[in-house]
Amino acid sequence: MNNIKKNRLLDQVFKFWGIACTFLGLILLTIFIGSIFVDGIQRIDWDFITSLPSRKAERAGIFTALMGSVWILVLTTIIALPVGIAAAIYLEEYAKESKMASLLEVNISNLAGVPSIIYGLLGLEVFVRILEMGASILAGSFTLALLILPIVIVSTRESIKAVPKSIRDASYALGASKWQTISQQLLPASFGGILTGIILALSRAVGETAPLIVIGALAYVPFAPASPLDEFSVLPIQIFNWISRPQHGFEVNAAAAIIILLLITFVMNGIAVYFRNRWQSKLK
Amino acid sequence: MGPNAFGNMRKIKERVIEKGLQASALVTIAVTVGIILVLSIEAIRFFSEVSIVDFLTDTQWTPLYTDKHFGILPLLSGTLLTSFIAILFAVPIGLSISIYISEYAPRSFRKTIKPLLELLAAVPTVVYGFFALTVVTPFLQSFIPSLSGFNSLSAGLVMGIMIIPFISSLSEDALHAVPNSLREAAYGMGSTKLQNSFRVLVPAASSGIVVSIILAISRAIGETMIVAIAAGQQPRLTFDPTVPVETITAYIVQVSLGDVQHGSLEYRTIFAAGITLFIFTFLLNTISYRIRKKFREKYE
Repeated sequence: MNNIKKNRLLDQVFKFWGIACTFLGLILLTIFIGSIFVDGIQRIDWDFITSLPSRKAERAGIFTALMGSVWILVLTTIIALPVGIAAAIYLEEYAKESKMASLLEVNISNLAGVPSIIYGLLGLEVFVRILEMGASILAGSFTLALLILPIVIVSTRESIKAVPKSIRDASYALGASKWQTISQQLLPASFGGILTGIILALSRAVGETAPLIVIGALAYVPFAPASPLDEFSVLPIQIFNWISRPQHGFEVNAAAAIIILLLITFVMNGIAVYFRNRWQSKLK
Repeated sequence: MGPNAFGNMRKIKERVIEKGLQASALVTIAVTVGIILVLSIEAIRFFSEVSIVDFLTDTQWTPLYTDKHFGILPLLSGTLLTSFIAILFAVPIGLSISIYISEYAPRSFRKTIKPLLELLAAVPTVVYGFFALTVVTPFLQSFIPSLSGFNSLSAGLVMGIMIIPFISSLSEDALHAVPNSLREAAYGMGSTKLQNSFRVLVPAASSGIVVSIILAISRAIGETMIVAIAAGQQPRLTFDPTVPVETITAYIVQVSLGDVQHGSLEYRTIFAAGITLFIFTFLLNTISYRIRKKFREKYE
């Protein structure tokens, strides 16, 4: 009898331990974000967003970094999207079960695990040096596009896989070719899922710092970039730069810029979850 | 144009499209080949000037000073120390979360909490670095007064928070995939949920759990910004978590921020460091992929 009581007690203890662990991370995250909010929120105003960088903390703004992030986001999307979706279609609809398919699959799974800083080294040699793009927005976008390619491919494949087989069969029964079936049935039906994956991949790209530092993105750029071949900074690099300065004013700036960066990241994640839920209920 | 010609046109179009799609898929192979080539070529040039024995056995890493030493061990120890702290923190918590969500919590709770936990992994790492430096280190210093402003302890702990969802999410999937018959058999013998979890379900889902831990280790080893911000930039061969260290990744960032001449020996050190990092994560990823393949066959 005693043994049973002991086991039940242990069971209850573990249950509370489990609840504590589940909320530990979230509570810590809340504390972190809360403290950042307290530090940084009074610094955020229109001037902070539209000011150029400055050596004086109270006059410095995030305009060039924000514009750099927007440029990078747009170009990365343009580069990664077609290649990623096309590769996923090939793997899911054409290469099934072949030797080539399993090679591609191992390879993509490995690429997804390569540290982001290694992509930076690749970008530095290939885009910055060999293709002579310099430390430009274009070089940064190509680097990040390669970085998010595995994520785009994996999520697009999952979405295409989720389309019911009946839709494929119906399309073929009506005499449609393979490509007609893909372009007119599968892609529209999996659009919501593909979009979710892409937004999540881009939210990862917007927070990336290390690979862009490696290709030579600058912390101090006097003007907002005007073309893809201009040098640039991005929000995370601006934050990193402010963190590494000793004056307290820059720490406040960093906190304020982090609020903006987190806002962008969380909004993108929110949109992604929204599309996923809507798409999943539509599929059912 | 007869129906045959039309059919031929269509066939040609289908072939062209297939080749285009295939070319896109082959880009991923080109990326891997590119990474390996770039790292090896620069590393081979590096090792033509620095002996590989020195690289692997010298206990000092000082390429940016006048008295140059090229021993990777201090960077490696920094990398392993921060990752070890992160894993030590994240594995028990991540595993407990996965057991709780899969076996104890109501079904509806699972659907809400998983995306919330995954938010932990969505926060940019530069933000975590800021947390580690400005919140966690001062907090820990109130318990450990000797703790240096830059240290592997707080960098490792914060990295642990970041990788919790990697472990909890994948382990939970593995536990969830264990057939119900196993659960019912254990309950039928009168076991509690706790006994069932640790004696039946965790062993049954062990391959999936191991995969999640390996992926988390690989992620921790390659993590850059948290350690670059909070762990310091002083390569030293130590396992003391309270002093500044430097990881492989933080060193690459340090050199990239400076003004190093392209083609110089200093420039090549980041590729030698990079290839070391790549080999580690490549091995871990390959092992986890192998286990995952085996695991998939077991249940499907």
